Amino acid sequence: MTARTLSVGLDARVALAYPVWPAVYIPGIHGHGGVDHGVDDGEESPVSVRNALLALLEQGPRYGYQLRAEFEDRTGGTWPLNVGQVYTTLSRLERDGLVEGQGADADGHVVYVVTASGREEVAAWFGSPVPRTRPPREELAIKLALAVSVPGVEVGAVIQQQRSATMAALQDYTRLKRRAAGDDPHELAWGLVLDSLVFNAEAEIRWLDHCEARLRRAAHDRGASSVDRAGQAGQAEQVDPQEATR
Amino acid sequence: MSAVLQLDTVTRIHGAGATEVMALREVSFSAYAGELVAVMGPSGSGKSTLLTLAGGLDGPTSGAVRVEGTDLAALGQKGRAAMRRTSIGYVFQDFNLIPALTAVENVALPRELDGAGSRTARKVALAALEEVGIGELAGRFPDEMSGGQQQRVAIARAIVGERRLILADEPTGALDSETGEDILRLIRARCDAGAAGVLVTHEARHAAWADRVVFLRDGVIVDESGRDRPDALLEQAR
Repeated sequence: MTARTLSVGLDARVALAYPVWPAVYIPGIHGHGGVDHGVDDGEESPVSVRNALLALLEQGPRYGYQLRAEFEDRTGGTWPLNVGQVYTTLSRLERDGLVEGQGADADGHVVYVVTASGREEVAAWFGSPVPRTRPPREELAIKLALAVSVPGVEVGAVIQQQRSATMAALQDYTRLKRRAAGDDPHELAWGLVLDSLVFNAEAEIRWLDHCEARLRRAAHDRGASSVDRAGQAGQAEQVDPQEATR
Repeated sequence: MSAVLQLDTVTRIHGAGATEVMALREVSFSAYAGELVAVMGPSGSGKSTLLTLAGGLDGPTSGAVRVEGTDLAALGQKGRAAMRRTSIGYVFQDFNLIPALTAVENVALPRELDGAGSRTARKVALAALEEVGIGELAGRFPDEMSGGQQQRVAIARAIVGERRLILADEPTGALDSETGEDILRLIRARCDAGAAGVLVTHEARHAAWADRVVFLRDGVIVDESGRDRPDALLEQAR
């Protein structure tokens, strides 16, 4: 059982996790302006990656490839790192006095160790909440805000299309969950990351359900008070823009 | 491969005249062996009506409901009751166990009603309880068990005797999220073992355990997400 779970391993996780990305917006994955922007451009590492690498180094000296492998193992390859980004992050950490390079080992890998202030940084990270600097899922919220206030958009169709896509992503995550049921710390870590994706997708669907219910009620109230209801009772698509934004 | 459950242009109208409500409007829907289908929709969308029709607890105003190829309307009251005991398993939100019977007696009841000897019925009931992981609780009464355990008994009752159609109406509604997930794993496992399952829920996280998710609005299927079954595609191609 354990062997089979392990043999599925990272590749299968990544292969299964990747195709669903476009279906659902997760802050930090898409770089749509979430807190974790800059993952792909190597410009500035997100705080989460920087602190995760520091926390791994606190377990003992490691070099870049090891850090990348361990990060992805714990997060199931959900947020892949490239090695260049790992080394950029390490040199910034070194500049800031949080890690020290120990010179190359026999194979030419530069091994890093955490400093005392690096340990303090890790402790401070675990000891404080992640700031909620921006509301998540903003592209979708903006799209819906525009959909209800711009004439001629079928809001009901916009909602259903998103719900269907997010549900498909949720089904994929759940399929992954069915395999990753192990109890060792790394399986558990990956399982919790998956749960986070599951709860995010669920929250989005609940919010979409809520939007739909509110729009239907608005349409219904309008229909009931209107002389010309044009046979649109219960249709969310025909909400008056002014009405819906109130 | 034929559908275990097939709704063929089913319409169900409740009431008449001014109070007439069309709960389902020409809905066509199938569930195949080995497949779990979730039906999602807000209250009043017709999802519970769909399930009661599928279980033969109610009949359509027009259209046909077939279970393993048999039109439920053609069976008559008695035939439908027999069908419910032998082919259809029903799981409810509030478990619906008989308080005066132990777990194993609750599970054995449908088999006994169907004419099986009490020893045989008990044997298959115990096997079903083992399958859902609570063989050791066979002698307990419902009020001596947690909600999750009671729902396991209800699932054992729904699958006892190799029934091939499992209908679940918000089966996780009264349970916490971990326990609810265990229940879905059980239903999922039964479908993976060859049963057809229909799960009515308003929780996306639970619907995501299904192969297909059908969205109902005002008695109409408006959308579907998930993968098509290969044999369903083959049937369409024929």
